[in-house]
Amino acid sequence: MTTSGGSLPLPEGLQGFVADWSSDQRAFKGVPWGKAMMWIFLLSDTFIFSSFLIAYMWVRMSTTEPWPNPSEVFALTLWGKKIPLILIAIMTFVLISSSGTMAMAVKFGYEKNKKMTFILLLITAALGATFVGMQAFEWTKLIEEGVRPWGNPMGAAQFGAAFFMITGFHGTHVSIGVIFLIIVAIKVLRGDLDHERPGFLTGRKGNYEIVETMGLYWHFVDLVWVFIFAFFYLW
Amino acid sequence: MAHAQGQQHPIGIYLKIWGLLFILSTASYLVDYFHFQGYLRWFLIIVFMLLKAGLIVAVFMHMIWERLAMMYAILVPPLLLMVLLGIGALEADYTFFTRGAFFGAAPPPAQHVPAQHR
Repeated sequence: MTTSGGSLPLPEGLQGFVADWSSDQRAFKGVPWGKAMMWIFLLSDTFIFSSFLIAYMWVRMSTTEPWPNPSEVFALTLWGKKIPLILIAIMTFVLISSSGTMAMAVKFGYEKNKKMTFILLLITAALGATFVGMQAFEWTKLIEEGVRPWGNPMGAAQFGAAFFMITGFHGTHVSIGVIFLIIVAIKVLRGDLDHERPGFLTGRKGNYEIVETMGLYWHFVDLVWVFIFAFFYLW
Repeated sequence: MAHAQGQQHPIGIYLKIWGLLFILSTASYLVDYFHFQGYLRWFLIIVFMLLKAGLIVAVFMHMIWERLAMMYAILVPPLLLMVLLGIGALEADYTFFTRGAFFGAAPPPAQHVPAQHR
């Protein structure tokens, strides 16, 4: 993986854009291949989640039944007081915090600070698991209230289908992310990345770039939640 | 590795963005808490959402430090989704209209029909 030209500096700006794409070599210069591929994957995932959200917009716009008010549906009674949407707000803060710890894990990874990277990855995984737990609670609550993919007592039947599909798909991403985080955390702790041991199913040497690639996936999960929070819960 | 240094930035920038994301999330929650309605609500929701998304992509995902070739490859294709969004909105509007025209007599409470759709 030698960069072409060696010491020659790459042109910047629009000129750099044209030069990179017309270089008859790999277009994404200065990034590890794994990171570029993760970005491409996330781009495809963007299209999947967008399709879900646009389908949700479609059913919500076209239904003649009133849409259940998310502010009330997701309200919780805490200390004898009914607080609208509180569970979703807490979930949002949990996920944003996990993004913060992830970003710092990447930073400490590049500094080869094994201990801090491991701890921060583990905190990120714990926050992710907390998020999934709260989502399971939310699903249980709604199912007990009679919300089904084909109907619900509060209004438009499409509410359940959109809710379970969108949050379910997002929750799956978070769950996979938690597993992915734990795997990377173990690799960091064992020193696999310091000693450049090849990973599972690959002959390539391990290094701390995989922490950043992992981080991209995790931030994307947070990013999707930003859109779900805005369009599904707040709209 | 030719690029062993990777993306290294002071920790302060992450903490600042983290704080900003907290503020913006609180703000978008308050939009619901104070029951803002109509265009003001939608405007605020979208503004806070885009700011949050921008901060996450730009700083947490290091996009502002990437080369333009990468930036355009990832950020331009999603704009195509605007077409799907537009088609979806047109089609949904039409479906709502036909449902109203053909099944409109059946549901007894009249207040169910939003005012902006006849």
